[in-house]
Amino acid sequence: MDSTTFSLFQIDIVTIFQHLINGLTLGGIYALIALGYTMVYGILKFINFAHGEILMVGTYFSLFLFNTLITGGKTGAVLFILFILALLFGMAISALLGVVIEIIAYKPLRKASRLAPLLSAIGVSIILSNSAAYFFGTRSRKFTYPLDNKPFNFFGLSITPVQLLTIFVCFFLMLGLKYFVDKTRIGRAMRASSENQNVASLMGVNVNKIISITFAIGSALAVTAGVLYALEYKVSPTMGTMTGLKAFIAAVVGGVGNISGAMLGGILLGILETFGTAVLGIPVGYKDTIAFGVLILILLLKPDGILGKNIKEKV
Amino acid sequence: MNNILEIKNIHVQYGNIKALNSVSLTVQKGDIVSLIGANGAGKSSLLKAVSGLEPITQGTIEYNNQIINSYQSSKRLRPDIISSMGIALVPEGRGVFSQMTVLENLEMGAFLVRDKAIISKKLLEIYAMFPILKDRKDQKSGSLSGGEQQMLAIGRALMSSPEVLLLDEPGLGLAPLIIKGIFEVIRSINDEYKTTIFIVEQNAKLALKNSNKGFVMETGVIVLSDLSANLIENPQVKAAYLGE
Repeated sequence: MDSTTFSLFQIDIVTIFQHLINGLTLGGIYALIALGYTMVYGILKFINFAHGEILMVGTYFSLFLFNTLITGGKTGAVLFILFILALLFGMAISALLGVVIEIIAYKPLRKASRLAPLLSAIGVSIILSNSAAYFFGTRSRKFTYPLDNKPFNFFGLSITPVQLLTIFVCFFLMLGLKYFVDKTRIGRAMRASSENQNVASLMGVNVNKIISITFAIGSALAVTAGVLYALEYKVSPTMGTMTGLKAFIAAVVGGVGNISGAMLGGILLGILETFGTAVLGIPVGYKDTIAFGVLILILLLKPDGILGKNIKEKV
Repeated sequence: MNNILEIKNIHVQYGNIKALNSVSLTVQKGDIVSLIGANGAGKSSLLKAVSGLEPITQGTIEYNNQIINSYQSSKRLRPDIISSMGIALVPEGRGVFSQMTVLENLEMGAFLVRDKAIISKKLLEIYAMFPILKDRKDQKSGSLSGGEQQMLAIGRALMSSPEVLLLDEPGLGLAPLIIKGIFEVIRSINDEYKTTIFIVEQNAKLALKNSNKGFVMETGVIVLSDLSANLIENPQVKAAYLGE
């Protein structure tokens, strides 16, 4: 029998930590994307299935700007700053894209049946991925990390600078978002709008503006995840589909509509996928089944998600 | 004449059902006005129309001689704009943000107030008015009792220092003693801040006792309007609404 099948019984503590770090990197990325799904669901009670494609478009724009900027023999810190600039550019583009899509494709359908905006979102996602294939080509591209990506070694663990950057950026943004939503005036208005839009508007909240802000933030976070993901994998017109779907699962696992839940669900899913392939010996080709298996389990056992509350819908 | 609110011939329609049929009424500055009527008479629709939550199909609503809601969609103001002009609605069923704390709910009431000093001053006033809210300020408002939620909803509306306070069924589902306390507070708000108050209430006796003027609504039409003191003595009102 294949030796990896029994790797479960040979595992040592260093290997566990190694997988944990790998899982945390992937999980942070899922979590950032999941936040967009969950925030939009919180306010509009619908899943923005174009979220993954917004991520893809923003990542392309980041890549294009980055490739333009780095021509000429730039080195070191300059490259890193240009990388951050390119990332911010992609975030801005996708924030704008998210807001425009909401106004064009979802806003006119707010009073329609709940299925209508969902179908519209699927339509938007098809338009975006096909436009990307048409304009950017179907060939996948590399987003090369500008600095040395040689792994650090300590206590037998190997961590690449990209992994460190990913973990740092993901956690920094998650904490930032948590602070924004919990403590700021606009964050409070977001929570109020997600509980009751009419009453929020009675308080003087322009709910449309809050919805736009929600789409902008969700899309910008997704592109950050997209760029970090692209550093490890590739940029392609279909990159948003599977990552988006996984992040959606993460949001459902954590409890859709719940911001802490999306973070938890994302990280949990990343770790489960990593351990599933590395420790349980699930073949890499079947890696995606882990996420969907988890989805089926959570829907059977706790359909509201781990942190979800069972709030009865008003009729 | 100092009309703060002028409702002219308004109609509100839900599909084929007419909720309001050519309703006209004026409210004068500083008054406490009550609108009584049976369940489903259209009282809540009227308040929703005034606060901008419900579009009207005919007529206009003017606040301080400015149109805030109209049959013409171009002249309709959004609820958040109407709120910023000084009209606050305490909605039916209180509408507290149950996942947010009591303090956060009150802060939401002052969403458009940018001056932190004014917010703190208002908070102290609300806490003085409803001491229980201070004790519960860090509690999720969903965990409050019905009476406490009503106090919170009123306190939240007052955070913006409104000129007009609209109250939709403030006594609904509450114990008589608590309702009495709430109406006392409503009168003191009118006394202290000179806030114009418009109460919609099924409990006709209580509403008329605590207001200067009253209107009686039946199936979307205003059938009587008089001083509240006269309405209480009106045999028609007595028979239909006061159970005498």
